[in-house]
Amino acid sequence: MAPNAAAGADTFPKLLVRNAQIFGARPAMRHKDLGIWQTWTWAETLDIVRAYAVGLHRLGLKRGETIAIVGANRPRLYWSVIAAQVLGAVPVPVYADAVAEELAYVLAHADVRFAAVEDQEQVDKILSVTERVPKIEVMLYDEKRGLRDYDHSRLHSMEDVIEEGRKALASDPSVRAWFDGEIAAGKGTDPSIILYTSGTTGVSKGVVLTNERSINAAADTVAFDKLTENDVALAYLPLAWVGDHYLNYAQGMVSGFCMACPESADTAMQDLREIGPTFYFAPPRTLELLLTRVMIRMEDAGYIKRKVFHYFIGVARRYGERILNGQPVPLIGRVLYSIGSLLVYGPLKNVLGFSRVRVAYTAGEAIGPDLFNFYRSIGLNLKQLYGQTEAFLYVTAQPDGEIYSDTVGPACPNVDIRIAENGEVQFKSPGMFTGYFKDEDKTAEAMTPDGYVKTGDAGFFDEKTGHLKIIDRAKDVGRLNDGTLFPPKYIENKLKFYPNIREAVALGDQRDFVTVMLNIDLTAVGSWAERNNVVYGSYQELAGHPLVYDMIEKHVAEVNRSLAADRVMAGAQIKRFLILHKELDADDGELTRTQKVRRGFIAERYAPLIKALYDGSKEADISTEVTFEDGRKGVISARVKIRDMKSEPVAAAMGKAA
Amino acid sequence: MRAPGGPEVAVGDVLLAVENVSLSFGGVKAVSDVSFDIRKGEIRAIIGPNGAGKTSMLNIINGFYQPQQGRITFKGEARAKMRPHEAATGGIARTFQNVALFRGMTALDNIMAGRTLKMHSNFFWQLLRYGPAMREEVEHRHRVEEIIDFLKIQEIRRVPVGRLPYGLQKRVELGRALAMEPELLLLDEPMAGMNLEEKEDMSRFVLDANDYYGTTIALIEHDMGVVMDLSDRVVVLDHGIKIADGTPEEVKGNQAVIDAYLGVAH
Repeated sequence: MAPNAAAGADTFPKLLVRNAQIFGARPAMRHKDLGIWQTWTWAETLDIVRAYAVGLHRLGLKRGETIAIVGANRPRLYWSVIAAQVLGAVPVPVYADAVAEELAYVLAHADVRFAAVEDQEQVDKILSVTERVPKIEVMLYDEKRGLRDYDHSRLHSMEDVIEEGRKALASDPSVRAWFDGEIAAGKGTDPSIILYTSGTTGVSKGVVLTNERSINAAADTVAFDKLTENDVALAYLPLAWVGDHYLNYAQGMVSGFCMACPESADTAMQDLREIGPTFYFAPPRTLELLLTRVMIRMEDAGYIKRKVFHYFIGVARRYGERILNGQPVPLIGRVLYSIGSLLVYGPLKNVLGFSRVRVAYTAGEAIGPDLFNFYRSIGLNLKQLYGQTEAFLYVTAQPDGEIYSDTVGPACPNVDIRIAENGEVQFKSPGMFTGYFKDEDKTAEAMTPDGYVKTGDAGFFDEKTGHLKIIDRAKDVGRLNDGTLFPPKYIENKLKFYPNIREAVALGDQRDFVTVMLNIDLTAVGSWAERNNVVYGSYQELAGHPLVYDMIEKHVAEVNRSLAADRVMAGAQIKRFLILHKELDADDGELTRTQKVRRGFIAERYAPLIKALYDGSKEADISTEVTFEDGRKGVISARVKIRDMKSEPVAAAMGKAA
Repeated sequence: MRAPGGPEVAVGDVLLAVENVSLSFGGVKAVSDVSFDIRKGEIRAIIGPNGAGKTSMLNIINGFYQPQQGRITFKGEARAKMRPHEAATGGIARTFQNVALFRGMTALDNIMAGRTLKMHSNFFWQLLRYGPAMREEVEHRHRVEEIIDFLKIQEIRRVPVGRLPYGLQKRVELGRALAMEPELLLLDEPMAGMNLEEKEDMSRFVLDANDYYGTTIALIEHDMGVVMDLSDRVVVLDHGIKIADGTPEEVKGNQAVIDAYLGVAH
């Protein structure tokens, strides 16, 4: 049956009761334990949650209070969430790998008196910061191991709490009526969860979401992707991340699908294969890792297998995407593709655990077109979405059949998006948050006076597709002297998608035109050089080689063409570029330890080069101090050549953007 | 010293007593006239400089070497000689200084091998994998899965151990020893060649095995920090002679021990 919105259920506990009634015998939760997949149906889940809620109530958890949830994806932690919601308490999931410092901040800020945690590790972590979390009184744990000798006056095993509740229910019939009353007392406007943002931009903030809004948002996307009680998802993303709470918990409650918890974080890939989910989410980095692993293993395969693999991957590249989109494909293409499915794509998807995936999403950062197209070409319906914790995830998502690697899709159903003067994306959505917990100033800052949420991301709507394109953080977006938008990261990412280009630094804010400084990828360009008999002795020599410049020039020209395809970006085409004589290195302070470019520092260090880029010279001298791995310092000097690029004409609507 | 926060495990009667044991290979005295005991539920460390006779002592305890003199009492039963298989059926399991696993078999099968002594159905049933043999296998597999869970090695269950990194091989070996449900577990340098993180993990598992399964543990170890943190009592050997015996604090302050480790002018 199509889950029609939430059919009157305006809170998660009411949804649970509904699910137990209509999907009673269908699986709600699976967990691999001691090597065997254990299953709980919706009816069993309701029984457990009922007992658990009774137990929590007896321990003193009250309506309106908060309860921290700390640990990996395990059934009892999800049940802690729903049992707390039954009592009208607000769960506050915390990242399991948070260091004690972060944990203490969140627990203290959220005023938690209760904490439901996974195991001894988390108990120890909380015990180590109790003096900073004075309100904490009761801890519940899932995994008993190692906790036997602890002081149990404030520590309870979840199993025991559930058992206590079960006994109370059995001995006193009025308890059950009380439970039903508690569920009925819940209102849609009650907060259902507080999700703390990861805090990359300063102190983490607690995003308060309500039952009704969460359910409305989830109902929209469940209908959008036609999810039903027959779907299965693997819950392997952090509990405290909006993605897990939305994609698995909320969508699972609304559609009645089954959520499977992996045996442990390390087995997630194997568990994926065993469970064969139909709905899947992975950040681009995970997808890249999977692909690399496959490619490496293919290199070790026998000659025939390798040839067959590469041949059919080529076939998939030519026809796969079009077949998936339902576009016309020549007969020979269809025939080859179906042979490929039998020999390569099918087995490959099986190994990756994607055989049954109907809808897959990726989000979080820009995904390379090659990577994105690879998965689509082998028949995985991978799509992009754009979302935020404040929106309760979805702001935009790509509908089936309208997939482009460089957009994040049109606004989701019932979501209203606009682009502000400064290029910032702002939205109003059914699932949007009601505010930051105990922080009205920040809430006011994040909202516009007319009730839109500011995302902090800059973007624009693509004219041809009507999809949103996210280009950069709004605060990083600059302007050329003629007023054209200049999003450095957008341009750099486009360049870095070429395997030959390792690092790129785009310049242009408050200048007349855009220039870039590049690093070539020594592995990729080096192997190209070997194949083409280009002799080189060092990075510096290879980087300065005219043939390398020619090759990179082609890449830059392609990037310019793709920039020209968007009217908004056409003015930000790259006019001049150079290849740096040395690799940008964290040891020299040019990159952060997480390999992000430190613009300010680079601008200072390479001032002579930047001057040359803008004064029209054909080459420039530079000498830079470098730090060797053993700590010695040296100086590299070089004469770096600069190439001019010609502007691509602004394209009329023709073909899709690269 | 126990893990922080945990109270002392009740340490009971003597499980194994070594009395005046001597062992020599030709003219080389490996162990001479050593006596000590291991009590139920404790973690007992045997330490000493290189060539002190630690591994020989362990080999005597599990019956691999036969001492020329002395007596070993295990579970109240005294015998001059003990054969390795008697030790195994009697409840003594061990791990080795150099990992001794079946390299081509998976981690799961290796640990399952530790259950061999507990299998009772006959060869015929096992061959058919039917009836009592099947029931037994399911039961043993359950125990093995508990150990896999205990040691957190789920992700390598199906991986041949030869492909595993050293630290994990050590863990699988511990798993196989635990699968025997031993009363006395002998660990020969469980942390040798490990990095700090692996050592910390291994220490955790040793403490947990002691706490959770109630296994009595005797271990040889070079890392003094580990020994002092883990063990309840320490016996120190030097040139085959026992030079000290007591709690880690007592041993640490013992002049003979300091001399043995730092070397003194003779």
